[in-house]
Amino acid sequence: MIIDAKIPAGPIAEKWSRHKFSNKLVNPANRRKYHVIIVGTGLAGGSAAATLAEQGYNVTSFCYQDSPRRAHSIAAQGGINAAKNYQNDGDSIHRLFYDTVKGGDFRSREANVHRLAEVSANIIDQCAAQGVPFAREYGGLLANRSFGGAQVSRTFYARGATGQQLLLGAYSALSRQIGLGTVKMYNRHEMLDLVLVDGHAKGIVTRNLVTGEIKSWAADAVVLATGGYSNAFYLSTNAVGCNSIATMRAYKKGAGFANPCYTQIHPTCIPQSGDHQSKLTLMSESLRNDGRVWVPKDAADCEKPPEQIPEEARDYFLERKYPSFGNLAPRDIASRAAKEACDEGRGVGPGKRGVYLDFADAIQRLGESAIQERYGNLFDIYERITGDSAYRKPMRIYPAPHYTMGGLWVDYNLQSTIPGLFVIGEANFSDHGANRLGASALMQGLADGYFVLPNTLPNYLAGEKPGIINTGLDAFQEVEADVNAFTEKLLSINGTRTPRSLHLDLGRIMWEKCGMARNKAGLEEALRKIPEIRQEFWANLKVTGEGKQLNQELERAGRLAEFLDLAELMCHDALDRDESCGGHFREEHQTEDGEAVRLDDDFAHAAIWEYRGAGEKPTRHVEELDFKDVPLAVRSYK
Amino acid sequence: MALSGLILAGFVFVHMLGNLQLFLGQEALNSYAYKLQSIPAVLWGFRAFLLLATVTHVLTAISLVRENRAARPKPNAEEKFIQATFASRGMGLTGALLFAFIVFHVLHYTVRITHPEYQDMHYILEKNGKEVQVHDVFTMMVSGFTEKWISGTYIVCMAMLCLHLTHGVSSLFQTIGIRNTAWKSRLDGLAIAYGWTVFIGFVSVPMAVLMGVINLPG
Amino acid sequence: MNLKLKIWRQDTSDGSGQFKHYEINNVSPDSSFLEMLDMLNEQLVESGDQSVAFDSDCREGVCGMCSLTINGIPHGGHQGTTTCQLHMRSFSDGQTITIEPFRAKSFPVLRDLVVDRGGFDEIIQAGGFITCRTGSAQDANEIPIPKPLADDAFDFAACIGCGACVAACKNASAMLFTGAKIAHLNSLPQGKAEKDRRTLSMVSKMDEAGFGNCRNYGECSAVCPKEIPLDVIAKMNRDFAVASVKGFISK
Repeated sequence: MIIDAKIPAGPIAEKWSRHKFSNKLVNPANRRKYHVIIVGTGLAGGSAAATLAEQGYNVTSFCYQDSPRRAHSIAAQGGINAAKNYQNDGDSIHRLFYDTVKGGDFRSREANVHRLAEVSANIIDQCAAQGVPFAREYGGLLANRSFGGAQVSRTFYARGATGQQLLLGAYSALSRQIGLGTVKMYNRHEMLDLVLVDGHAKGIVTRNLVTGEIKSWAADAVVLATGGYSNAFYLSTNAVGCNSIATMRAYKKGAGFANPCYTQIHPTCIPQSGDHQSKLTLMSESLRNDGRVWVPKDAADCEKPPEQIPEEARDYFLERKYPSFGNLAPRDIASRAAKEACDEGRGVGPGKRGVYLDFADAIQRLGESAIQERYGNLFDIYERITGDSAYRKPMRIYPAPHYTMGGLWVDYNLQSTIPGLFVIGEANFSDHGANRLGASALMQGLADGYFVLPNTLPNYLAGEKPGIINTGLDAFQEVEADVNAFTEKLLSINGTRTPRSLHLDLGRIMWEKCGMARNKAGLEEALRKIPEIRQEFWANLKVTGEGKQLNQELERAGRLAEFLDLAELMCHDALDRDESCGGHFREEHQTEDGEAVRLDDDFAHAAIWEYRGAGEKPTRHVEELDFKDVPLAVRSYK
Repeated sequence: MALSGLILAGFVFVHMLGNLQLFLGQEALNSYAYKLQSIPAVLWGFRAFLLLATVTHVLTAISLVRENRAARPKPNAEEKFIQATFASRGMGLTGALLFAFIVFHVLHYTVRITHPEYQDMHYILEKNGKEVQVHDVFTMMVSGFTEKWISGTYIVCMAMLCLHLTHGVSSLFQTIGIRNTAWKSRLDGLAIAYGWTVFIGFVSVPMAVLMGVINLPG
Repeated sequence: MNLKLKIWRQDTSDGSGQFKHYEINNVSPDSSFLEMLDMLNEQLVESGDQSVAFDSDCREGVCGMCSLTINGIPHGGHQGTTTCQLHMRSFSDGQTITIEPFRAKSFPVLRDLVVDRGGFDEIIQAGGFITCRTGSAQDANEIPIPKPLADDAFDFAACIGCGACVAACKNASAMLFTGAKIAHLNSLPQGKAEKDRRTLSMVSKMDEAGFGNCRNYGECSAVCPKEIPLDVIAKMNRDFAVASVKGFISK
């Protein structure tokens, strides 16, 4: 596997504009001859499909949901960062770049991050023009809020539903193209495999989730925008349908998978209430602007109702440990601090896995109506799920798997190690390093889809002769046969274990051994246990119903099959990355007061895994990361 | 639907004002009725206009109901309403009853086919010093309402009209797009007030006759 | 909690379906309605039966994928709540719960409780957008939008496209859905240029897709998980009337 990041030469601030100029272009009249498949319709996939279609390419889009409007980008709450400096508080492209590299704990590629910061301002312009109802000040101009890991106010938001509004904006642009016939949209279609022709990605095989029909689709390039893999943990803040089939199939076809162990555990989620639970619900990080996180100082107080615990008996542990960032410490740090408090027996609520997020001070200072204006819908969600009002008593929160920084490795052009296979949004690994800052996922998804991919994909297409690929080729027939055989196999085992029960088993191991804190022994144990579950899966799975029908058990089983392999890959990566960085915390590498210790001499690189066949340990490659513009430093938020 | 409804709703109000002239006495009412009928072109033009509005209203209602049924061929096992008012749900029923009533009402008082004796009720009006023989609407109405079943049916139908109008008028504001949250309760209040005004106005006549406040002349 | 369930089962979109009765025991009051169905499905699969197909995705009330008419009311009848956010503590032990798909000709049942809401996508494709080529936008602060207007636009834009409005309407009217998008885009200065075209085109697509007519029952708004106000229908009617008159005059 050749790892060439193709980072353009020149000073960091000029790389992107130079690169755009040096890229080959496709003549407008020729664009419609090129056919591009885009899988996924979230912020990245939806915006890319709309933009490429506007440029004149022939686009076919797929999503597993019943409408492109439902992709899980919709659930992002807090906001989207952009270096607009509308607040005149010292923000700039360079500062957003700096904050993101530092926030990523120096494990991201500088050139990509700088480009992200550069286009961030265009995203806000684009979305405002589409009619996204961003929060405004009384003068009619855009409002900002602050977010974790930054000391400037650069986050644009639409109440607590920023992801929804941005996605609906991208969906409207996509819908316009569908209406014009330039995008062919296939809902309720799941990509089950990638097709390579002469080593280039030239198509996919899908299953129609309504009829069960397995079908091939040919194109001149394939774009994956299929999101992250937090559902490997079973319980996460992802939608229940989010899965890693597309990225894992690409990995098994030769695409390098980078940094699979970089998973983000979000500090503010509603704690689990029991085994029946199917997902965890996030409470936006923006709540930490006005909420104060605390646990009782004395473990004996944990059973008491919070209002009976006096001020002096409370430990506002984030404010105590990180005085300059306080409750706005980055996600990985805030999550671990919460875990630590609970490990000390000072957690609150059922199972003592929870900490308080208290709004009493803010309500007193600003009034209940101001808090309602800012967070009303979040408080409503909390009340619906828990039956408690956060206006009256503090919220209980606990960290939960939320976002995966790892993903398919891509070069500066967002192309994977397979030519013609482009990966955008959460599905790639590129911009967040080992930890993503709040409000940066929306920024990256839209940056990739609206502004980056539409400027890099044509460079690949320009070198390809359009329209010579069709599904009649042997390559398609072979993959289609594999997919059919795979589906038949899942249906024919007829054992006793449901896909959900096996997924639950996998999730428990992953959360315990490869979750917020990891260690060698635990990871080795996980690497023994995961193959056992996989064996159980292939020997004892039970899927009722048939293949040629709407069959949600079959869907679950197929998704779990890939999660089992991915979970193992995550553990390999976590074990081999013998340092702590960002969301990857190895207990062996911490300071006396529990802070992560990075080993830059050995691990200032991205780890890229190459598939070696079922049951074989994959090969680890590296892409060395240079930190020229943001010098390597110990990340401190104290 | 809304436009024809607006015309009909306006008409019933004017009709009610006409009826209320009964309380001004025999001469006033008969003179008003004569005035209305004195120019045949206006009379027939107006009748044709009303007929057109009624027919339009009924036909659009039928076609909308057909479309709506087609749009939702299968009902829920358990149909529930959580918001819709009694009046809004009964529009079909009240509408159908009102249509039947209108037919009878026209046959009764306009064509006078049900009660041929009404044809022979005459009244002498003084017009510009000349005596004109006109139809005695006053006597016809009072003798009509003296029959208890007619009054009873009339009152029930006016209650239907009241219900039909309370939803219809409020709906009208929505359909022509001048309703919003701030004005919703005010406009709904107006629609209810309108419905009740029409109801009380119409019903006061048979009530007065039944209670003996108004009697046949002589 | 122990519950009796009466659930609509239907094998294919062209076939007919019927209610089947199930019993489920030891349901946690803290579980969500869909988690209760997950539990039922585990039992069904373990005993060799096919699971009950139902749509859900984000399970936090924003994607709009979950549906279900529960005891005659779409999303179960708790104000501002989608089915996925409905929790079993709202039901009582021993209760019989009737669960059926959203009913409308334009929402054909695909299997069990899963329906096809593609009509909504078609309405948006007809005009539910502001034409704005990527990269062509001016600075976001160049068009000041008064806060109250931005707040209203957000309220209209909050629609999640779940289809409860259609399911609640005895006429399967999609006017709340269509009105919400029209009100969102038509009220913003960015959306003015295409206002008339958008309104006419979306309304005509809505009729074409076979949705019924509004009778001002208000059921749609009452079940809407995002509490979209009925105002949006009035606004759509007004914009439609204005656009039609303008179109007629300029013919």
